[in-house]
Amino acid sequence: MDTLLSSHYQKVAGLLAGLLLFAAGIVCSIAFGVTNIDWRTIVESYTAFNGSQEHLIIQTARMPRALIAAAVGASLAVAGALMQGITRNQLASPSIFGINAGAAFFIVTGSAFFGASGLSTFATLAFIGAAFTATLVYVLGSIGNDGLTPLKVTLAGAALTAFFSSLSLGVLLTGGQTFDQVLYWFVGSVAGRDMNIFTAAAPFMGIALLGALVVARHMNVLALGEDVAVGLGQKTVYIKLAAGIIIVLLAGGSVSMAGPIAFIGIIIPHLTRYLVGIDYRWVIPYCAVLGGNLLLAADIGSRYIAFPKEVPVGVMTAIIGVPFFVYIARRGGHS
Amino acid sequence: MNGWFTLRGRKHSFQIDRRTVAMTVLLIIANLAAIVVCVGLGSTSISPLAVIRTIIGIGESSDSMIIFSLRLPRVIIAVLVGSALAVSGALLQGIVRNPLTSPDIIGISGGASLGTVVFILYFSHVSIRFMPLSAVVGAFAAAFLIYLFAYRRGITPLRLVLIGIGMATALTAVTYMLILTASFTPTAVAVKAFTFMTGSIYGVSWERDVLTLLPWIFILLPVAFIYARHLNVQELGDEVATSVGSPVHVKRTILLFISVALAGAAVAIGGAINFIGLMAPHIARKLVGPAYGGVIPVSALIGSLVLLLSDLVARVAFIPLDIPAGVFTAAIGAPFFIYLLYRHRSGA
Repeated sequence: MDTLLSSHYQKVAGLLAGLLLFAAGIVCSIAFGVTNIDWRTIVESYTAFNGSQEHLIIQTARMPRALIAAAVGASLAVAGALMQGITRNQLASPSIFGINAGAAFFIVTGSAFFGASGLSTFATLAFIGAAFTATLVYVLGSIGNDGLTPLKVTLAGAALTAFFSSLSLGVLLTGGQTFDQVLYWFVGSVAGRDMNIFTAAAPFMGIALLGALVVARHMNVLALGEDVAVGLGQKTVYIKLAAGIIIVLLAGGSVSMAGPIAFIGIIIPHLTRYLVGIDYRWVIPYCAVLGGNLLLAADIGSRYIAFPKEVPVGVMTAIIGVPFFVYIARRGGHS
Repeated sequence: MNGWFTLRGRKHSFQIDRRTVAMTVLLIIANLAAIVVCVGLGSTSISPLAVIRTIIGIGESSDSMIIFSLRLPRVIIAVLVGSALAVSGALLQGIVRNPLTSPDIIGISGGASLGTVVFILYFSHVSIRFMPLSAVVGAFAAAFLIYLFAYRRGITPLRLVLIGIGMATALTAVTYMLILTASFTPTAVAVKAFTFMTGSIYGVSWERDVLTLLPWIFILLPVAFIYARHLNVQELGDEVATSVGSPVHVKRTILLFISVALAGAAVAIGGAINFIGLMAPHIARKLVGPAYGGVIPVSALIGSLVLLLSDLVARVAFIPLDIPAGVFTAAIGAPFFIYLLYRHRSGA
């Protein structure tokens, strides 16, 4: 298979370059915005915090925002890669399959009707919602004797997204929420979140990312086809279950941090396969790094596209993502 | 044949299915009953008898104010928008020969929303009469793009639907961006635009909404009814249709034109109300069989009935709050969609 980076060294070098870009992206995300902050001030805010306005902006607004963008981008990209592997459907991703909308709906409902509050509760609700929707989509998509076809599962995902977002809107409007809060649960944004939101879900996502690296080896076997994998002695049910749990943790965690952000899970895995091929041991780390980079870049872009107003980053990713989606769908939509 | 009766004119004759006629009459009665109930219920309830008395002009004046200026326009809009969406969906399902499509799923409604939001934000000084036009232009642009992207040595329904879903997401994102970035947008307008995108017929008026929408529906629905017979032939497949003498592509383009225009006009006033275009034609086919001469009027009646009832629940269930009717059409529509997926499990 022709890939851009073929040898082992090139792949390692590429990954390191990606990591450097990642670090640079975080620094840029902290530095640029309505108030530009110079490098020395950023360093000072860590070494000698003096409570000045700029230091406060860095510590309470920009830093959580950068970290959340990085974590959410990485998680959604890896979740997308795993989903495409399990369903053997190149259009699979948390947003297209309605998992993001489902997780958002559970959080919205939990806080409106059952008095759920506190960030760890939100994270738990998001996990439950993601698990519920993922199961539902998988079952609905596999109805019938031709199994999990791209069309059925994509339609089921689109229907569930419409269903859950409409219900979320109803719940939010009956609860008398403000426009900003409502919008947040529909398009996803990393702005205005504080550090606690990050720390509440980050451990789960960290564990899930590590789990994805562990399961990568087995995903390679599964990619040969269910029959071959069973023939080689793999317990495919366990591998799928493990990957499913990882996907739920990644997607649910992302939604609890940033709302439903679209298309990262589609763009990045495809880009990654173009770069390093289909070996999941490379695909997973590359997805994490590139996904983080893309969302950081999209977030920085979202501050400038309608300066001085900000556009939610979910809008940006949708606009970047659709050409990709069209391209993949034109190619046939399945591997 | 039993179950049919024939009308003969000098040049034309029609075979009419008794069952279709019975269903149509039944649904018209159901619609009228729903209209009376919808007009009566609300924060101030008015008994059905009083409603009828008021409408024929012998009721009390306190009721007539509520009925004529508040509730009736809204009910009429529900009827118009519901039937337009339903017929648009029925035509579209016939054109692409995929029972799982509808204007909202494949992004045509998204284009119409975008057109309307552009109109609200940038052309608000122009007469409101042009709003449906703006929506229809948006719907056509979206339909054209979807068709263009899906075209690759012909169109397959699969690719059309997949690309449509992607386009729907993109168009929604662009619409959000326009709402948010229009620097002069006060929050109230943004909220309005947002509610609009879910589909709500809240606060409609005779002047602004009913009169704007009415001409579109009055022209397009009969045209759809007359043209729908070409769909019966097309259902047989392109080759058969061509060989029995139907100019397939010309007719298909005209049908698509009607379908898109109906969806656009409906969205301009009612917003992107989901799932009616999907559900109504299926229920209609279940009731009167697959011939489009029956499916079109019956779906129109079912569409209007569904929207009337959804809007009633949306308006009454959480008084004093008024929830967008689109929330409830989605709540009924998504399970229905899942049922369809299940029924078409071996095809699609």
